[in-house]
Amino acid sequence: MATPGRSASIWFFIGISLLINGVLIFGAGLYEYAYPPAPELQVVLFRLHSSVWWGGLLTLLGGFYTWHYAPSRARD
Amino acid sequence: MNLALVVAGSSSLVHLHPVDMVIVVFYFALVLAIGVYLKGRANTGEDFFMAGREMTAWVAGLSFLSANLGALELMGWAGSAYQYGILATHWYWIGAIPAMLFLALVMMPFYYISKTHSVPGYLKLRFGEPARALSAVSFAFMTVLMSGVNMFAMAKVMQIVLGWDINFSIWVSSLTVAVYVTLGGLRSAIFNEVLQFFLIWAGALLIPILGLYEAGGWGNLKILIAQRASEQYVHLWAGLGHFSTNPMGIHWTGIVFGLGAVISMGYWTTDFLVVQRILAAKDIRSAEMAPIIGAGFKMLVPIIVILPGLLGLGLLPMKLVPESVATVTHGYSYNDVLPLMLARYCGPGLLGLGVTALIAGFMSGMAGNVSAFTTVWTYDIYRPLINSKGSDHHYVNMGRGATVVGVLISVGTAYLVMRSASIMDYVQALFSFFIAPLFGTVVLGMLWKRATGAGGFWGLLCGTLSSVSMWAWVKIDPSALRYVALSPDAKALAQDMYQALWSFLVCVIVTVVVSLAGKPQPDSALAGLVYGETQIPSVGDVPLYQKPLFWASIVGIIFVVLNIIFW
Repeated sequence: MATPGRSASIWFFIGISLLINGVLIFGAGLYEYAYPPAPELQVVLFRLHSSVWWGGLLTLLGGFYTWHYAPSRARD
Repeated sequence: MNLALVVAGSSSLVHLHPVDMVIVVFYFALVLAIGVYLKGRANTGEDFFMAGREMTAWVAGLSFLSANLGALELMGWAGSAYQYGILATHWYWIGAIPAMLFLALVMMPFYYISKTHSVPGYLKLRFGEPARALSAVSFAFMTVLMSGVNMFAMAKVMQIVLGWDINFSIWVSSLTVAVYVTLGGLRSAIFNEVLQFFLIWAGALLIPILGLYEAGGWGNLKILIAQRASEQYVHLWAGLGHFSTNPMGIHWTGIVFGLGAVISMGYWTTDFLVVQRILAAKDIRSAEMAPIIGAGFKMLVPIIVILPGLLGLGLLPMKLVPESVATVTHGYSYNDVLPLMLARYCGPGLLGLGVTALIAGFMSGMAGNVSAFTTVWTYDIYRPLINSKGSDHHYVNMGRGATVVGVLISVGTAYLVMRSASIMDYVQALFSFFIAPLFGTVVLGMLWKRATGAGGFWGLLCGTLSSVSMWAWVKIDPSALRYVALSPDAKALAQDMYQALWSFLVCVIVTVVVSLAGKPQPDSALAGLVYGETQIPSVGDVPLYQKPLFWASIVGIIFVVLNIIFW
């Protein structure tokens, strides 16, 4: 629903949401990687560090949507 | 004041970290910002109630699907998958896909070209004011009550899962919804539904990925489930030959005719809560493509709902029990399986996203209820019955006011349910009374030009009353279930299927008899409303891959193949 010059696309807001959440999750994952919690506090499959790669994926996807559907680009 | 201190209780299933709280708070800030941002685009009736009728097929389709993808739905069906196995998938496949495709290809052209604002609005055009009034009043009343019931249920879930105070959950969520729907109208609700769709997938998809990795793949998971429960838990159709050979206590006729042919058709084609999203589409092709896109994604939803339930059955060290048992033993219930799986695999950050997805699902479901109520109240009750001479601006203000009132009634209902839990069962049962007969009325109205106004009204009324009567009969005498569901082995879920089927048939029979006894409507009055008297608009001269029929065929083939694979 891109409406150039009138309002931001819904995909832009989704990009913002995924980007911010992705950065926060990626950061939290890196912190846990550097400072692992005690074994009894670790989630199952902690060794896969899913926060790092899932947060990274969300950051990339959100970053692309934010850039591609940015209101400034839509008005160009 | 520390937010965590305000909302934290003494015990909970999962414990949020500061980064999780940041993610939750960011979600609330974003939806409020979207509402404020869209305020300037909700000035006319078409803008406020119909989102300007400018949604693309993708936005309308994802919103259509998300309106049904609430948090209670996710947690409830994950719990059902743990309890009944893969049979719960029927509610996502045969209980949705054929109805969505039928809506797209058969019914949507009539909704769209009649330019109605609502399903009751179509009944007015086809059957006259009495049918509309009956449908609109029952829908508006039930929608806000259901919204309140869901609000309470979700607040209760937040209390159990996160330890949050019930009053805090009710007021924060309802005020947020009231603000963003009042400001942005249907467009705001649709924006948040699409946002919720992405949050749910982002927050929940890791569970099946990591779960299958831990289980060693689908083949190993089936072996684990067979060892811990039964082989029947991983078959969709193989055990449905008799009521007693499957965990759900249901027969294939109930699934095919009750669920597939009546309940799902009624819900997906006539429940205004979901149909309203399609009516906001920008053109006829988008309106037809939207339910097909929704159907495509609906087939994938079991990955994040049913599979976590099955993984819980195969992998969780503890045994989950019914809610009534869990309350006494302080153990975990079936409905806890999704939060338990979330806590099993998700560390800080991911946990916040999963919880945000649940909150988003709840809030967008409530916004959907409220925006549908607002439209039906304003266009189908207030304008025809109370004040037909208002300006467009007046009706928009009425819509904004109705949004606030609808939210307040929902909050009131939530507190009523808090005082008496049995009210919840009654309200949920009441909602099911209207769906199946309404489908009978609408589909006869669209496909049979001999159906008259009196036939439509009396069919709808008698179908609804028959549904109420069957429910009351089983409530008073539980052994009556053997007559309603045709077997002494039938269980509660089977009652819904057969009750819907019989009430639909009553509606159709009464409509036909009354119509044949009355005077036919002139053909000129049926143009644009009934097959045979309507020029179905073309989707335009577009390539094959852009035609709705092409994509509906693809979705239909995948639907059949999936059912065979998991037979």
